[in-house]
Amino acid sequence: MTFPDGTDAIAELDLAVTAGEFVAVVGPSGCGKSTLLRIASGLTTPTSGTVEIRGTQVGYVFQDATLLPWRTVLGNFEVPAELRTAPKAQRRAQAQQAIELVGLRGFEQHHPRRLSGGMRMRVSLARALTLDPELFLFDEPFGALDEITRERLQDEVLQLFERKRFAGLFVTHSVFEAAFLASRVVVMSTRPGRIVGEVEVPFAYPRPPSLRFEPHFAEVAGSISALLRRPQR
Amino acid sequence: MTHPDLRRSRVAITRVVPPMLVALAFIAAWLLVSYEVLSARQRFLLPPPQRVLQVGFLDRHNLTEILRGLWSTTEVAVAGLCIAIVFGMLFAILMAQARWVERSFYPYAVVLQTIPIIALVPLIGFWFKFDFRSRVLVCVLISLFPVVTNTLFGLQSVDRGLLDLFRLHGAGRLAALRKLQLPAALPAAFAGFRIAAGLSVIGAIVGDFFFRQGQPGIGRLIDVYRSQLASERLFTAIFFSSLLGVVLFWVVGFIGHRAVRSWHESAEDRR
Repeated sequence: MTFPDGTDAIAELDLAVTAGEFVAVVGPSGCGKSTLLRIASGLTTPTSGTVEIRGTQVGYVFQDATLLPWRTVLGNFEVPAELRTAPKAQRRAQAQQAIELVGLRGFEQHHPRRLSGGMRMRVSLARALTLDPELFLFDEPFGALDEITRERLQDEVLQLFERKRFAGLFVTHSVFEAAFLASRVVVMSTRPGRIVGEVEVPFAYPRPPSLRFEPHFAEVAGSISALLRRPQR
Repeated sequence: MTHPDLRRSRVAITRVVPPMLVALAFIAAWLLVSYEVLSARQRFLLPPPQRVLQVGFLDRHNLTEILRGLWSTTEVAVAGLCIAIVFGMLFAILMAQARWVERSFYPYAVVLQTIPIIALVPLIGFWFKFDFRSRVLVCVLISLFPVVTNTLFGLQSVDRGLLDLFRLHGAGRLAALRKLQLPAALPAAFAGFRIAAGLSVIGAIVGDFFFRQGQPGIGRLIDVYRSQLASERLFTAIFFSSLLGVVLFWVVGFIGHRAVRSWHESAEDRR
């Protein structure tokens, strides 16, 4: 992937995510992680190479919550289906389902301005779920949140994954986040990004929140971190 | 801890008293100039406030004449403002569609802003007759630019992430415009409408000066009073035309506040 200004964002990259698999991509800032997601979702066309997606619905959780500030929580849930011109009744039903799923009952009529950063991100997450996507892309969604909120949202993502078994592709710069969520962690190098290694995460789902503090978990995280720090070329 | 009532009244005092003092000082200076600086023969240059009140506000005949003129000017200003808002927004929407459209047209929007409209006014009269239509046209020309720039700025400042979201879900140009860009541009657009509201009154009064057919506007009356050295009525007319600008500015601001208050930071209470 080369940008018009000549920046090579991603050099060579071959990555497959199958249904029921949760892949995390870790790498330093500016290694093309976000570009990878943009290509996977079709937002950006790669200079060369191909993307194949089985199934039609793609869920995308952006770095920011990207909510329409003039719409209520409920109104925001309807956006994806509305843009795909789904009938009104269906939209409403999906929105209600999403509210139940992430426990936002009571906040339907709130505007995003009145929600905390963590709540907004939860709305964003639930909005991506409304279309019941087969492929779920996460672009460092929790990077701007505080530790406590981040952990809570990670737990929620895991619960959603355990229930829905979508194909997940989660981009992050946190080694711990990657190890906690993913079944496989892909490590990328600095620009132009390429895959420098892969780590299988041996913990079965469902994963309890306490997994974060087990010695074996620290070992896995350590091996990812070592890949990141290994001198390249 | 102070008692809440007491604190509220203190806030009221700190808010009301300073502008009152300024008003008093202003009237005192006015009286001083009228009576001490000017001789009785020169006093028409600045008639004392009570004379203005008596002749301009309390004389029914004079007041009716001025209010009629004011109403005529209001009609022109409001018509001009509405047309400027509609065309200004259309123009901005058009320019927001593609860089090349913006690059092609924006320089002329700037030119429209910088050419002295007053110099164009006689021409407009020749082309469109010296009546209501021309007065409105002057108004539109003067108040169009802030509508265009502010709306365009608003349309172009839409959050990139939201644009991505819309693209991801296959939203067309029209859907993105209607559901994303226009609502997002509303706060900026209203800032432009407010400036345009003040300018539309200026435009209407400029039009009054030049176009003298039909019901005379307040600008026409100002010109008449000036030539008659009727300074009490002149002051009254100036007062009312300023009031018109303030009221129009306030009304547009109020509508804007109502439109975005549920979600925009600008509508939050400031203390």
